[in-house]
Amino acid sequence: MTDKHSQDYLVAVLTLHLPERGQVWLRTQLENPLPEKALYLAFSLVPRFTGKHPLPLTGSQLQEAGQLRLGFNPEGWTADQATRTLLLLRVAHQSPAEYSAVINRLFKTADLNELAALYAALPLLPYPETHVLRAAEGVRTTMTSVFDAIALGNPYPYDYLPQEAWNQLVLKAVFNARPLYRIYGLDQRRNEPLAHMLLDYAHERWAAGRTLTPEVWRLVGPYLTADSLPDVRRLLHSDDALQVQAGTLALAESRLPAALALLSEASGTQVVGQERAARWERIGAQAYG
Amino acid sequence: MRYIDPHVHMTSRTTDDYEAMRQAGVVAIIEPAFWMGQPRTQVGTFQDYYSHLIGFERFRASQFGIKHYCTIGLNSKEANNEALAEEVMELLPLFVSKEGVVGVGEIGYDDQTAAEDKYYRLQLELAKEVNLPVQIHTPHRDKKKGTLRSMEVALEHGLDPGMVIVDHNNEETVQDVLDRGFWAAFTIYPHTKMGNERMVEVVKHYGPERIFINSAADWGISDPLAVPKTAQLMLERGLPLDTVERVTYRNALAAFGQSGQMPETDWLTAAAIDQSMKFSGNSILRGGQTPKVEAADTRIIR
Repeated sequence: MTDKHSQDYLVAVLTLHLPERGQVWLRTQLENPLPEKALYLAFSLVPRFTGKHPLPLTGSQLQEAGQLRLGFNPEGWTADQATRTLLLLRVAHQSPAEYSAVINRLFKTADLNELAALYAALPLLPYPETHVLRAAEGVRTTMTSVFDAIALGNPYPYDYLPQEAWNQLVLKAVFNARPLYRIYGLDQRRNEPLAHMLLDYAHERWAAGRTLTPEVWRLVGPYLTADSLPDVRRLLHSDDALQVQAGTLALAESRLPAALALLSEASGTQVVGQERAARWERIGAQAYG
Repeated sequence: MRYIDPHVHMTSRTTDDYEAMRQAGVVAIIEPAFWMGQPRTQVGTFQDYYSHLIGFERFRASQFGIKHYCTIGLNSKEANNEALAEEVMELLPLFVSKEGVVGVGEIGYDDQTAAEDKYYRLQLELAKEVNLPVQIHTPHRDKKKGTLRSMEVALEHGLDPGMVIVDHNNEETVQDVLDRGFWAAFTIYPHTKMGNERMVEVVKHYGPERIFINSAADWGISDPLAVPKTAQLMLERGLPLDTVERVTYRNALAAFGQSGQMPETDWLTAAAIDQSMKFSGNSILRGGQTPKVEAADTRIIR
């Protein structure tokens, strides 16, 4: 993938879905590289010309997006968001440092929608390794739309965040009841420290008489120990069918003989690969109604 | 009833205030950029403040089902630090064209110094350039003269009075403001600005044309429910519903709506969308909390 391909893709999509006024405006912006001040202004003014409607992307357009950049999924993107992303790809610059300076200035002065657009655009931006600290910073936000832009349907964290930051992203998604199944690469980046932190968090929630998302157990399953089996037993006795399913699936991923014994006690069977992921997706999709 | 509070400094207020405002029917608010109670010393704190207004505070309001807009400007008090003011002026173009920025404000005079005059004029030019309304803060001291001067200078710079909101009026200034075709805003603020019984009398006398009210609630002793409370008082004292709606909702919408950044559909159609964001996934509202209900205390603000 190159920036050029991403630009072509966005231009093609926007040509289909921008109102006439937006097309004319965008053509003017793209004619020549924008001087810095003009870029800042254009970046802010985008929605006045493009509108803010969601882009009705077809299946093949979404597929094309995924080929552009593995995991890139612009489903739900709005006209202004795609246009802003295109402007980001067109920033005139001589060096990565110059590019970073412009991007940082945009981040520092961004409004709520601009921030979300900036974070969602990270997987397409050039010099991806220079945006790691920014992405970790984005995970710290308390603004839901901004957090979602970086955490959900965005392959950048999967590709570039170090494990500590990745784990914070997942923990924060759990804490804020964001849908884990929409985090790109969730299964591939499971790890033991994360599983331990989530177990502790589950105990904390239970001690306070609160519930937590059944998706948590998707991350814990492979790291179950004899000590944590009572936790799973508790799930199996839950009144909530999703918690029971989550407990069963977690056991099905464990290699622990005691876990497998508990699994057959619960009349569950081992599930692997695609089917296992599909079941977790279904649990996730039902968990936040 | 639905209300707009077109001047309220929510960064200084608590979530209790947001809850109470929403319950009382406030659907949209405008937060003018102002000073923080003591002068800032760095341009970076201005940048972060403006960014806070269009970012986190907008988000925070949305958690309570309230649409948050703002005006961006260099306030008169801090215009007196000229070295800093120069730097702030360079920042403003980065912010005035953001979504939801409905004006340049609050700007104008405080001590009515030469520095204040300079940056007021520069910002009038900026407002003209980006075609935004202007929200004028009128001074506490030497108020009448300061108000007249604010308007004269705005006219001198070729601003359309219909694009200028003169704020913090009282019985002594309102006639001049209306005569010149400007919008006359009144701040219902205990002890220093207007009380709301006086406000009822002003509206009885002048009618609802180009008049609207706000709370200017901030870090001082002030009342974020001033708009709904005053609306109730107006109705109790026999003002027609249409008049009350104009003074507490429609006129503010007409004035700041000229920015193109505050369409009524934002809150009339947004409710369903915002709900999905509201109680899930945030660190402000926690599930299971019940909104605090104001005791039925007096609606009179003195």
